[in-house]
Amino acid sequence: MADSTEKKGLLGSFLSLPNDNPKKTLFVAILLCLVCSILVSTAAVSLKPLQTSNKKDDIKRNILAVTGLSDQDGSLDELFSRFDVKLVDLDTGLYAHTDIDPVVYDQRKASADPMMSVELPGGQDIAGISRRANMAPVYLLTEGDTIKQVVLPVHGYGLWSTLYGFLSLEGDFNTITGLRFYEHAETPGLGGEVDNPKWRAKWDGKKVFDEEGNVEIRVVRGYVDEKTANAEHKVDGLSGATLTSNGVTNLLQYWLGDHGFGPYLKNMRTELEK
Amino acid sequence: MASQAKTNVIDPLIDNNPITLQVLGICSALAVTTNMMASLIMCIALTTVTAFSGAFISAIRKHIPGNIRIIVQMTIIASLVIIVDQVLKAYAYEASKQLSVFVGLIITNCIVLGRAEAYAMKNPPLMSFLDGLGNGLGYSLILMSVAFFRELLGAGKLFGVTVIPVASEGGWYIPNGLMLLPPSAFFVIGLMIWAIRTWKKEQVEKPDYQIHQVHRTEVL
Repeated sequence: MADSTEKKGLLGSFLSLPNDNPKKTLFVAILLCLVCSILVSTAAVSLKPLQTSNKKDDIKRNILAVTGLSDQDGSLDELFSRFDVKLVDLDTGLYAHTDIDPVVYDQRKASADPMMSVELPGGQDIAGISRRANMAPVYLLTEGDTIKQVVLPVHGYGLWSTLYGFLSLEGDFNTITGLRFYEHAETPGLGGEVDNPKWRAKWDGKKVFDEEGNVEIRVVRGYVDEKTANAEHKVDGLSGATLTSNGVTNLLQYWLGDHGFGPYLKNMRTELEK
Repeated sequence: MASQAKTNVIDPLIDNNPITLQVLGICSALAVTTNMMASLIMCIALTTVTAFSGAFISAIRKHIPGNIRIIVQMTIIASLVIIVDQVLKAYAYEASKQLSVFVGLIITNCIVLGRAEAYAMKNPPLMSFLDGLGNGLGYSLILMSVAFFRELLGAGKLFGVTVIPVASEGGWYIPNGLMLLPPSAFFVIGLMIWAIRTWKKEQVEKPDYQIHQVHRTEVL
């Protein structure tokens, strides 16, 4: 286009101006911005559906993986449809009465919306999340009338980044069946070892609460001796990643505690005892 | 013409490598080289951007006003980077999650702007494309070698496949944790520059300043 010898019309008259002419400078700048913005927006708009479905599938895949369902046959959506998704009002610990579709509900967006979230005072914010949404989704796996597993979304600050993940509990709302993070930017090989299958396997069977109902689950430094008292509440720390390990402890303490899913889990446990 | 094309692609691989000779684009070389898969995606992204930005800038080079030329180049580069980032998010979601901000940071990669300003502004589109391609490949060659050592020595793996069984998983190799941290890329790149300059003596720079030997009689 630049080398065309025959220059006609408005475009041609602009192009034939000398390069340092202010009119041409303005013309080139505007034309370039126009062309580039069209290209960028075309790419963004046309790829958007694919990107959103990627993101959703990734979250579904992680929920399936944390419950151990992903080993079973069936497509992603088929397996995921076995879950009963409900919204929990975190303050009362009861299922929320809203018109919002729990599958579509975006907890992360809600945490940024002043109408749908609360700011956490410093002392309460042990997970370093600054704002907490009023509602959070729970994913229930039921068999008949009994709940077999429940998956809770959790997040909190590690060393470099906020870790987003899912914690899966057994039907007793106390025994952990899995913990898995789907988004974080911790140091690969150190804090990034939260993704290590060996470490993830260590969570299986650990108990969240002690007899009085206090949140006791934590990541400790070094190895946990199975023979010591309270070993069922402790998980091996990640070597070389003390701050990420502390972050995991803090986020679990927060989300399982009174300001997170604590009231909900308490309600569910009292219901079980009836 | 054909020989010029060949030089444009071959020369930046070793003789005029953007990382080891020009020491440009180091930041991403430190950040994404912990594993080979992430590095490979990064290399493809950067090579694409460098090659196409060269071609596009060169195509309109005769109409770029001198006083806004850097802004024009940056606009073209930024647009290409955004498109690459969007494509990755749509078709290589896992990889784009891993690379996070580093794809976006290609905009600030000195190699891209360097080639645009130094080559594409003065040469025809096809040659600029090949020049961008060559420099992208030169960058890729170094990145992939650095990632090879870092992933192998740091995690005992290559492309995520276990090559040396590490001790924490029942093997014999105790991985070198330093290799997974950014400073190790400095060491690896430094050693590579040393090796290349020992092999190709013409790359060794003259010292900027030499202490003048003063003889005692001069002082008197």
